[in-house]
Amino acid sequence: MAIRCVASRKTLAGLKETSSRLLRIRGIQTFTLPDLPYDYGALEPAISGEIMQIHHQKHHQAYVTNYNNALEQLDQAVNKGDASTVVKLQSAIKFNGGGHVNHSIFWKNLAPSSEGGGEPPKGSLGSAIDAHFGSLEGLVKKMSAEGAAVQGSGWVWLGLDKELKKLVVDTTANQDPLVTKGGSLVPLVGIDVWEHAYYLQYKNVRPEYLKNVWKVINWKYASEVYEKESN
Amino acid sequence: MATSSAVTANYVLKPPPFALDALEPHMSKQTLEFHWGKHHRAYVDNLKKQVLGTELEGKPLEHIIHSTYNNGELLPAFNNAAQAWNHEFFWESMKPGGGGKPTGELLALLERDFTSYEKFYEEFNAAAATQFGAGWAWLAYANDKLKVVKTPNAVNPLVLGSFPLLTIDVWEHAYYLDFQNRRPDYIKTFMTNLVSWEAVSARLEAAKAASSSSS
Repeated sequence: MAIRCVASRKTLAGLKETSSRLLRIRGIQTFTLPDLPYDYGALEPAISGEIMQIHHQKHHQAYVTNYNNALEQLDQAVNKGDASTVVKLQSAIKFNGGGHVNHSIFWKNLAPSSEGGGEPPKGSLGSAIDAHFGSLEGLVKKMSAEGAAVQGSGWVWLGLDKELKKLVVDTTANQDPLVTKGGSLVPLVGIDVWEHAYYLQYKNVRPEYLKNVWKVINWKYASEVYEKESN
Repeated sequence: MATSSAVTANYVLKPPPFALDALEPHMSKQTLEFHWGKHHRAYVDNLKKQVLGTELEGKPLEHIIHSTYNNGELLPAFNNAAQAWNHEFFWESMKPGGGGKPTGELLALLERDFTSYEKFYEEFNAAAATQFGAGWAWLAYANDKLKVVKTPNAVNPLVLGSFPLLTIDVWEHAYYLDFQNRRPDYIKTFMTNLVSWEAVSARLEAAKAASSSSS
């Protein structure tokens, strides 16, 4: 069922509610596009309002829609005992579910400067970063270099390895969540380096995007996750 | 050590076979300026730097592509080498006033191997639309058969043992300025207005000749 953009927010919410309810009757938890906690233009000039709107309303929405479709098909295949279809659906689930997971984190990783975006981390995360990377600048340099070096589409992450109790920097391809690089990895900060994340503004100059995105990174959120997960 | 002219002779940023504004309004001048002038240029320049002083220096581009593909365990120069090749092939796959249905032997072969041009279009469109992340969709020729192939990132049919005949770049940088997220519209515009079937036919003849001479 296509949901047209001209639908009012109320109608849209109503439709989402109905389809979610219908699928919940059959036992599937489906997903909706999370709202951004700031206006599309609030991250300027680091990330343009145009990019934020398309990134959220088109790209992330498509991952949500396609993930829900894949889950519905998976549910049918599981109930029918159709093993090859279950296996065949795994890539669609990984792509679209991963896209939804990653972008949901990303919106929380960003904040307008008026709300702390760009303010260095304090507390236990700040100390851990200094201990593992020498300084915040050291971490930023490493993540920016690794993000620039991703070939094709992907993400660069600051993560916490819960088992080894240390911070790690890693990259993932396409929409693979960080957990695909290690079961004990918890994402703290993810930076989207798919071209759609920066192209309209920075064109081919990904390093310039990576230089500027730090001005809107929400270290408060990363600290909350770090404190919660490191106990 | 080889002279710089020997190294650079192999790896050249060839201009597309049309002016940068010649594909308007289907593919903008701005897109070509960035896509050819920045992205393609960087692959060529970075490849030159990467092979300088190594045993790959001075080798033909296709040789570098095959050896750095390394059966899927990609070596560092693969990305730049393959992307340099892929982009030159892409420009030559398009022409102003292109697109639509081919004629003659090419149409006959498409009808033979896909049952109709429409079925081929459907398959090529699906491959281009569903290549997740960065990559390419291709019409390729192998074992006297035409087939549609999709590849991730820099991979191309050369390393998969077939002759490329046509390609569409589905990295986001190929369409984002003109179409943003609307990849399906970009693919449709490419098929309707840009494909150079003359180039595809010429490549098919070369592929058939190469196949028969090696058998």
